[in-house]
Amino acid sequence: MKSIDWKPPLLVLAVLLGALLLIGSPSTWFTLTVAGVAMGLLIFLMAAGLTLVFGLMDVMNFAHGVFIAVGAYVAVSAMKLASGAAGADSLLVNLGALVPAMLAAALAGGLLGLFFERVIIRPVYGQHLKQILITTGGMIVAEQLIHVLWGPDILQLARPAALKGSFLLGDMALEKFRLSAVVIGLAVFAAMLVLLNRTRIGLLIRAGVENKEMVEAMGYRIRRLFVAVFVAGSALAGLGGALWGMYQESVTVHIGASMMVLIFIVIIIGGLGSVLGCFTGALLVGLVANYIGFLSPKVALGSNILLMVLVLLWRPQGLYAVGK
Amino acid sequence: MPEPLLTLSGVHTHIGHYHILQGVDLAAPRGELTMLLGRNGAGKTTTLRTILGLWRASAGGVRFDGQDITRLDTPAIAARGIAYVPESMGIFAGLTVHENLLLAAREGPLRDERLEWIFRFFPPMKKFWDLPAGNLSGGQKQMLAISRAIVEPRKLLLIDEPTKGLAPAIIQNLIAAFAELKKSQTTILMVEQNFHAARSLGDSVAVMDAGRVVHTGRMADLAADEALQTKLLGLSLEAHQ
Repeated sequence: MKSIDWKPPLLVLAVLLGALLLIGSPSTWFTLTVAGVAMGLLIFLMAAGLTLVFGLMDVMNFAHGVFIAVGAYVAVSAMKLASGAAGADSLLVNLGALVPAMLAAALAGGLLGLFFERVIIRPVYGQHLKQILITTGGMIVAEQLIHVLWGPDILQLARPAALKGSFLLGDMALEKFRLSAVVIGLAVFAAMLVLLNRTRIGLLIRAGVENKEMVEAMGYRIRRLFVAVFVAGSALAGLGGALWGMYQESVTVHIGASMMVLIFIVIIIGGLGSVLGCFTGALLVGLVANYIGFLSPKVALGSNILLMVLVLLWRPQGLYAVGK
Repeated sequence: MPEPLLTLSGVHTHIGHYHILQGVDLAAPRGELTMLLGRNGAGKTTTLRTILGLWRASAGGVRFDGQDITRLDTPAIAARGIAYVPESMGIFAGLTVHENLLLAAREGPLRDERLEWIFRFFPPMKKFWDLPAGNLSGGQKQMLAISRAIVEPRKLLLIDEPTKGLAPAIIQNLIAAFAELKKSQTTILMVEQNFHAARSLGDSVAVMDAGRVVHTGRMADLAADEALQTKLLGLSLEAHQ
């Protein structure tokens, strides 16, 4: 059997237990934990594509945030179109609005990703400085186009009626939307694990992340796979943006850009190119942000930077280093 | 001498501003193991990489199995039946031995009889089947890299310094494995610095210097001529071990 490195999951467990000791109240700890896991999984959705793009294509895509923003804005429009179904009392009818909105957000993110890869990134493969400059420029232009299409105001992104409010479990309140985010995040993670570990395409992606030249030398056209991964990663970012907008219940043009620092922290902590690392890193970031925000709000802003520093001191290549 | 499977005619390769190959003429006879020898920096690795299209020939031509492959891209060249074992071995450390071999089998599922054939050469591959390749020793990684190249029948193997950095006992195992592999009539072009390996395995030989092939002939003839070795390689092959 393939051996699994259990130290990173044990680190997550240590953070959970340490927070329980520091917070004291189990109900508060539980609420913060669910919030942290939900936040972490939403960040995972937004970051998973970027880590593969980094690992497989060696592309520094600073425009990733705009795929998140476009997903969120498309979700606003789609939910507005289906506002009747979204406001109904039935969960099934709500899903009739939510699912198409999420699919539209993913599709928009994916199509924008395809455009970026073909037109903006392709001419600068292998040139990191140019990649940073041109993707940052592309993001600025795309954000201005969002202003043109949707206007400069903050837009509301209401949750479907059935996902508003909380479940009460004793003296613990569990937000329905956060639980939904956990379910969606885990489902996407499971699907990615199956794809990466149980299919030939997954095998090619994992091999390509390590050594793309060797994959080509074995007769595979990995560039086509690059494009597919880029589009899939952008689609996930679009989906993540829609869910993140719903999580915050509002959308601005900077919704994606404002997440990029956290996303970069997550993929660096996880190890560039590692989906399992990205998942573990996202959980750590989500949990630490919520725990520290409660325990010491003044430290909260820097807590994730500190987390990154500590993880990199322990493992300079990230939690799950990809063997390049 | 058998008809060549691979022919390089006046091949030049530039890497950045450096002019590495300066008109390489080389032929690898079908069904033989051709040794590519030469000092460090002579252009041996660049020759292998140019054949596979990993570096583009800036002039000259490469013909393989009767067809011009000079302008094809690497996947298209590999798909014509060329396998490559780089000096770095190029194994995928995060993938298991099984997954490394699975990926190399482009034509379909792994065939049991082929695997048994490989396990005869390299028993550790069977033993460590589900172990991540990154956990293997240096010799075992080289065995995996070679196993990957032969997991399906290929017309030509390009192998770059397979014995480099390995313990003498492992080198002996590899020599025995290559000797067995030669019986399958696979054409091999091998860069090698180890004299014992070169002399034991090589049918024909090409010696490179300063980006050109400066000598071609039978390996046995070069091995027997110490003066020629000193002239071509700067020292005798015996001293080159």
